[in-house]
Amino acid sequence: MPARRAAVIGGNRIPFARANKRYARASNLDMLTATLDGLVARYGLSGERLGEVVAGAVLKHSRDFNLTREAVLGSKLSPATPAYDIQQACGTGLEATIAVANKIALGQVESGVAGGVDTASDAPIAVNEDLRKVLVALNSARSLGDRVKLVGKLRPGQIVPEIPRNAEPRTGLSMGEHAAITAKEWGIGRTEQDELAAASHRNLAAAYERGFFDDLVTPYLGLTRDDNLRPDSNVEALAKLKPVFGRGEDATMTAGNSTPLTDGAALVLLGSDEWAAAHRLPVLAHVVDAETAAVDYVHGRDGLLTAPVFAVPRLLERVGMSLQDFDFYEIHEAFASTVLSTMKAWEDPAFAKERLGLDVPPGAIDRSRLNVTGSSLAAGHPFAATGGRIVATLAKLLHEKGPGSRGLISICAAGGQGVVAILEGA
Amino acid sequence: MPTDTLRDWSNTGLARRLGAPRIPVLRRYSPGQPLLDGGPALVTAVGGGRFAEPIAALVVEAGATVVTEAGDDKLAAVVLDLTDATTLADLAAAQQILTPAVRKLAPSGRLLLLGPVSGVIGYSQYSHSRGAEGAAVAQALDGLVRSIGKELRAGATANLLVVDPDAAPATVDSTVRFFLSARSAYVDGQVVHLGAPAGEPVDPTGMDDPVDPVRPLAGRVAVVTGAARGIGAAIADTLARDGATMVAVDIPAAGEGLAAVANRTGGTALQLDITAPDAASRLLSFLRERFGRVDLVVHNAGITRDKLLANMDDDRWNSVLAVNLGAQLTINEALLAAPDLLGANARIVCVSSQSGIAGNRGQTNYAASKAGIIGMVRALAPRFAEHGATINAVAPGFIETEMTAKMPVGTREAGRRVNSLRQGGLPVDVAETIGWLGQASSGAVNGQVVRVCGQSMLGA
Repeated sequence: MPARRAAVIGGNRIPFARANKRYARASNLDMLTATLDGLVARYGLSGERLGEVVAGAVLKHSRDFNLTREAVLGSKLSPATPAYDIQQACGTGLEATIAVANKIALGQVESGVAGGVDTASDAPIAVNEDLRKVLVALNSARSLGDRVKLVGKLRPGQIVPEIPRNAEPRTGLSMGEHAAITAKEWGIGRTEQDELAAASHRNLAAAYERGFFDDLVTPYLGLTRDDNLRPDSNVEALAKLKPVFGRGEDATMTAGNSTPLTDGAALVLLGSDEWAAAHRLPVLAHVVDAETAAVDYVHGRDGLLTAPVFAVPRLLERVGMSLQDFDFYEIHEAFASTVLSTMKAWEDPAFAKERLGLDVPPGAIDRSRLNVTGSSLAAGHPFAATGGRIVATLAKLLHEKGPGSRGLISICAAGGQGVVAILEGA
Repeated sequence: MPTDTLRDWSNTGLARRLGAPRIPVLRRYSPGQPLLDGGPALVTAVGGGRFAEPIAALVVEAGATVVTEAGDDKLAAVVLDLTDATTLADLAAAQQILTPAVRKLAPSGRLLLLGPVSGVIGYSQYSHSRGAEGAAVAQALDGLVRSIGKELRAGATANLLVVDPDAAPATVDSTVRFFLSARSAYVDGQVVHLGAPAGEPVDPTGMDDPVDPVRPLAGRVAVVTGAARGIGAAIADTLARDGATMVAVDIPAAGEGLAAVANRTGGTALQLDITAPDAASRLLSFLRERFGRVDLVVHNAGITRDKLLANMDDDRWNSVLAVNLGAQLTINEALLAAPDLLGANARIVCVSSQSGIAGNRGQTNYAASKAGIIGMVRALAPRFAEHGATINAVAPGFIETEMTAKMPVGTREAGRRVNSLRQGGLPVDVAETIGWLGQASSGAVNGQVVRVCGQSMLGA
């Protein structure tokens, strides 16, 4: 056991915006800096030197090489606050939280900020790979003759730029197509996906209405709430949407039960209990433990987004808890079908025996405790920002519930990875 | 903020040659500035007066020279202690002193009278046996100072402090300092009552750790509602400049501007809809958790939903009353119910409005709410005094803001000019006034309404 547990003090995010809309002109650096400044304002940290700031972005420009440090320098935090970038696809925000929490647990830092940012609008478009090679060679060419020869290699086709794709490099399939395979494998129906999506919108809207996000969200560029949120969303309306992933009769995944491309940023403030007390800041929850798993979705039989299915049982075993020991479950809604197939896998005795090596499956969870203030289907999912959103949200829920309450976070990520963590209310 | 083109033009050489009336550029405060500028201060009394001497000492300590009668020099300030004036002969003596003095008053000069209580002022009621003549003389000062305010030119102001007979001289210090300084640039023609101080009397000269005149709010936790922009942001900036630890409050939708204000003042942002049913308890538990106390609460948040009464709908009426008045009532009651949270010498300042005093066409809801604030302040003053705290209102007149910048030119020009200083005030003028009322040493001012209006003719 670590000497001490890191405290989650609070968080801040900007409202998430659908791609190419309100934040179309905002860069990762703009959004991360604004989110950091919102956090600084909420906790009165202007001029404060923190232990470190760790964040990342999935879609990055080459100019974003020191993104988080640049955000710190542009913020009201003391410039003496160090920072570094990490990137683990959609797991970035939670992995950053774990990184900072671990340093706090070890006593290496007393305070830190973790999270992430992503823009699908201000995406890095690179020059054509052929063109890039010519340009690199041109840059190192020594003689005029070499240069002329290289200029002769330029072709009109090289004008077509390299645009980042939402596809796995090793399979060429999009994330949605991968998820559709898993959904089909687990027999996830259309209606249950639409029900999960409708619940996400309903829960997020209700949480906004009761002021739950008053101290979790700071408006940005005039946007005050996530613009993907449809408070009046319902199963009937969602049922009318045409499937966009999968093929034929089995195609069940629509734009309504899949997360849209989104822009946004989210950060979490962490510290030791002592640091929090010295700054008269509240402790909402403690980070208990975390686990990251990966699956072979390329050659093996596991789905791209199924790593949390393996990570959670491993984590539960280590901390000696069962899947039913939690007051809240935060399972990232990359797609409604991902959440449903993850839960189905945990309930399946054969899968437990064969794949998890467990005689008894982890079992079912109480659905009334799942994503109670909405999740990515309603809020949107700026890849690296989702972890910070969930950690701060869950910490506040646990604080409301009271000391000793427990919450489980499960986030699937590209590359066949999954990051999960347990928080305990303070 | 709109620029006052007419004022700027009136100060050009051409305008001077044409003999156009000059609209003064007011002297405003900046840290480190001397209390007075432009000459010595004339400080004297008629018929005794126990304040003249300590005020003279205060002025000298602030680096200015003091004279006892007007000479050839321009005077930066004239302070006349009339607290012992009881007869028409005393009043005549005052005229003898003031007539040569006003002739010598420098640009942005200060004329400050101290007078006795004549009857009912604010929440305090005195029934002294001053006799009819004494009461008449006391009341005469009111008409006198208001008239002087209208006669003075070049940004000079005239104000009257009515002082309780038992008030110790040191209790008026912070008020005298405010009215003499450039902080009171747009406060003109006002009558402020000073009573027995609420709470522990704070005598800056007698304290081991004297209040730093440059940072008079140092160490004080100040809450400002509606702080994301406009006058609220100016209040936050000004209080922070004076040393306060800022808690900037505004509705969640205004959070972006709010965060900027909180960060530039080194303070904390609290996104809170003050009309929410649990707003007061959320505010108080936030203050308890993060600071353990509150020393200054500025109720600044306000909205307008203008409509003629004939066309008024419930929503416009109710939303304005809820934000501008209802929330203040609720939060004030919550503060009174949590005296342990009120720091020693806590101060509440409510932002009223000229509309609440004079009324304004199309603003029945707004004017009712802002007048209601005045009633509330008077009713709560004795209750806050029990806890060593005070509650006062400031009533801004025409203040140059984004809102007035959007007014039609004619309306804006009319609004700007109908006051003795012939110009609109700035948000910082309101903020400076709040800063004075918020000081621990301003406990003698309670239940008062101070207009920041350049002696507006509206509602006067």
